[in-house]
Amino acid sequence: MNKARRNPLNIFASHAILLTYTIIALFPVFVILINSFKTRRAIFGDPLGLPNADNFSMIGYQTVMKQGDFFLYFQNSMIVTVVSLFLVLLFGAMAAFALAEYRFKGNTLLGLYLALGIMIPIRIGTVAILELMVQTGLVNTLLALILVYTAQGLPLAVFILSEFMRQVSDDLKNAGRIDGLSEYTIFFRLVLPLVRPAMATVAVFNMIPIWNDLWFPLILAPAEEVKTLTLGSQVFIGQFVTDWNAVLSALSMAILPVGILYIIFSRQLIRGITSGAVK
Amino acid sequence: MTQTIKASRIRWHIVVFLAPAVLIYTAIMIFPLFNTLRLALYSEVDNVRVFTGLDNFRTLFGDAYWSETFWNALGNNFCFFLIHRLVQNLLGILLAAIRSHPRLRFAGLYRSAIFVPTILSFVIVGFAWKLILSPIWGIAPDMLDAIGLKSLYAPWLGKEEYSLTTLALVSVWQFVGIPMMLIYAALLSIPEGVIEAGEIDGITGASAFWKIKLPLILPSIGIISILTFVGNFNAFDLIYAAQGALAGPDYSTDILGTFMYRTFFGFQLQLGDPHMGSAIATAMFAIILIGVCIYLFGIQTRMRRYQF
Repeated sequence: MNKARRNPLNIFASHAILLTYTIIALFPVFVILINSFKTRRAIFGDPLGLPNADNFSMIGYQTVMKQGDFFLYFQNSMIVTVVSLFLVLLFGAMAAFALAEYRFKGNTLLGLYLALGIMIPIRIGTVAILELMVQTGLVNTLLALILVYTAQGLPLAVFILSEFMRQVSDDLKNAGRIDGLSEYTIFFRLVLPLVRPAMATVAVFNMIPIWNDLWFPLILAPAEEVKTLTLGSQVFIGQFVTDWNAVLSALSMAILPVGILYIIFSRQLIRGITSGAVK
Repeated sequence: MTQTIKASRIRWHIVVFLAPAVLIYTAIMIFPLFNTLRLALYSEVDNVRVFTGLDNFRTLFGDAYWSETFWNALGNNFCFFLIHRLVQNLLGILLAAIRSHPRLRFAGLYRSAIFVPTILSFVIVGFAWKLILSPIWGIAPDMLDAIGLKSLYAPWLGKEEYSLTTLALVSVWQFVGIPMMLIYAALLSIPEGVIEAGEIDGITGASAFWKIKLPLILPSIGIISILTFVGNFNAFDLIYAAQGALAGPDYSTDILGTFMYRTFFGFQLQLGDPHMGSAIATAMFAIILIGVCIYLFGIQTRMRRYQF
């Protein structure tokens, strides 16, 4: 081993650079959170100080609770994200299994057709999607969002999952067939449990864009009772733009759920990105 | 006999497995995509949809007002993409190279922290930076003052000449975790033997990085660039959250996404026009196709892949 790679000065410099960037990455979140607990005067007088007994205030949160229905928004976001993820995983895994397992005419072509959507953003078709939703009466329903996010997530899900399903041993499936299991049982009982790690990767990949999307809620479901948390906070902040307490509290409340999800899933997320790169 | 064989040859379970995914994907994604391309050829005259051929495109590229807005948005899109790509790749390589250092402590902690902005929504990111950079609150000027650089401060988001660059940097701040991880994974997959062989030949430290590691991670950088390229057409959210649908100041941050939104949804006094919106979407589609093709045929095939 050479000396350069063990040089303590190098290690110190590495830590210094990474620490600097960590501070840059976390600073805005930190500033928003601490200031959301301060009085208006303290927000402007001492923006970088921690809240203390003198300037502690929950007035912003009270405004948010009174004016915006954040629990409803949260519930909507939750329903949309969970149901879309479930459908992406179920339908994606089913299609991936069919493509990976069976030989039939047009298999490769169908695989390419489904992969098309990885490169083309679904937003290009927004005008026609809105028209379709108006015709079917789905505008301002959560179902419209669920359908769009399912369609958006399927291409990558099929692509990743079929790669993994090809690795499941044929002997196992054939043993099942000899024991008289139906193709459905083989899929749900034998194959699905084996590709669980890949499913987790797909789920985490899809979760963040769905939860954070602003475009489709804005266009397909802007009504009060179906607003998602992202759109709800956007609209709320737009209305209360001069009430800094309320804006900072609304931002903090929007950060909180993603923050909790991140703490739970960060391992899967990072493993997913890395394994996708190595493939 | 032949009939029963034929009947049993349709394996229904394949159809059942494929149907839901193919149906939803076709109905919600592919069909609207082509329908949008078709709608671009129509116009609405007296509440009736009539076929007008390429008229919308003639307006888009020929009419002074429309074409100026379009080229401005496209130019901004490319500026945004170039700044984003350049800074993101440089920063991503720097952070990944440092993190791939063996025996670096707290590597996991740094990684988690650098990833935090990626999970936040554009709305949070847009507003948080808007507040921090705002001259009213004064966090940015005060901090520059603390290190003696107050003269450098300008209301970056409010000035035409800086706002697009500022937003591109904010976007880099948000997403740098992903290229960092992809490059990191690529760096880890370089076998120790290759680097040691270089060391024997006297290539160490920084020159080992430039001469051995960098060429080996170029394919990853290519993938990141094309992901950034396609992703930038989705940058609508950030600009809408920070600057609104008008992409101020004076359209200096207008990109194709915000332009399309204003056109087809309408804003203030202008009524929405789905057909012009479709025409813009078609133009975006063409640009994305060209970009992806350049990558697939021009860059991907020429790039040398090394097998260990």
